[in-house]
Amino acid sequence: MLIALIARDVRRGYAGGGATLVVIFFLLVATLFPFAIGPDAALLARIGGGVIWAAALLAALLPVERLVAPDLEQGVFDQLAVRGLSLALVAAARMVAHWLTFAPPLMAAAVAAAGLLGLPGVLLWRVELGLLIGTPALAALAVAVAALTAGFRGAGALAGLLMLPLAVPLLIFGAGALAEGGAGAFKLLAATSLLLVAGSPFVAGAAIRAGMD
Amino acid sequence: MLFAGLDLRLAAGAAAVVTGPNGVGKSSLLRLCAGLLAPAAGRVVAPSRTLLGEAAALDPELPLGRALDFWARLDGGRGRVAAALEAVELATLRDVPVKMLSTGQRRRAALARVVASGAALWLLDEPANGLDVAAVARLEALVAAHRAGGGAVLVATHVPLALPGAQAVELTAMADAPC
Repeated sequence: MLIALIARDVRRGYAGGGATLVVIFFLLVATLFPFAIGPDAALLARIGGGVIWAAALLAALLPVERLVAPDLEQGVFDQLAVRGLSLALVAAARMVAHWLTFAPPLMAAAVAAAGLLGLPGVLLWRVELGLLIGTPALAALAVAVAALTAGFRGAGALAGLLMLPLAVPLLIFGAGALAEGGAGAFKLLAATSLLLVAGSPFVAGAAIRAGMD
Repeated sequence: MLFAGLDLRLAAGAAAVVTGPNGVGKSSLLRLCAGLLAPAAGRVVAPSRTLLGEAAALDPELPLGRALDFWARLDGGRGRVAAALEAVELATLRDVPVKMLSTGQRRRAALARVVASGAALWLLDEPANGLDVAAVARLEALVAAHRAGGGAVLVATHVPLALPGAQAVELTAMADAPC
């Protein structure tokens, strides 16, 4: 049952062109920085990891509007709830599906972004490892925020205001892990990620339930 | 508070029709029976149930057959989709994306999901909305067949439907109802 749910959401994620949009937006943000601060290779290599993290956070906002609202409107959650599925579980399935459509393209695009910014190989590895740990939390947050803002006018802008502050710890620890001796930051990143992943399904489930009434 | 003191039992093969003015709580009663709303007092006991709500809940970009397959897989009845599409006379549109269907066809598609669900209790909220005369007759025949097979039906409708032997549940606005 859950597999069918996840498969549907993954299919919708890729079919809507959402994954491509995220990748293009991510690369666009990453390329803005060299334009803004000039082609100083040493400087770019130094800030590149942080740039990739900031771009990833911004790209995570893009899919928020289509994660929950369309299904709420079309009564899909009603039908799932009638079948006795817990909405927190449905939200968790959606988070898994969203991570599957969001993280792999983003992590692949991070390689390209690292090339554009002249990031050394060792830093790229740390960025990728950090993204692997941090993207589940970004996906979970996106679904929770999507559920909280579903049905509001200007939901996209509101979602940004809600989600970015909550994602700041991920940015701090993710970028912090790029420095020498960043093992501690990785652990804190993982702890933050775990907290967000564990809590978000319940927030999202309750928000969807409230949105159904 | 929408209504109070409602006692309704549906035996196998029974049907009940909920009527009343707009906004009196017909849809809320059905959502209550579907488990989507919690009663302020009292309880709902129902066997396997399925709801025909206001929205079709079919993925607009998918061909009709596959959109129904998704729900049939959750209901454990993938083999019933083809027959259900036949029953609502949409079998020829199986490969047409849901977004291309008309309002009435979408309604029939949602009805096909109800038929394919295999649930004992059908909760139909304004099932005749958007249906033409022939489709209403088909709906009545489907409900009759479901009841003949031991199922029960709870319908909220403002369109008179031919449901022989159905109990009438008339909701009236509560005098002291501020909300």
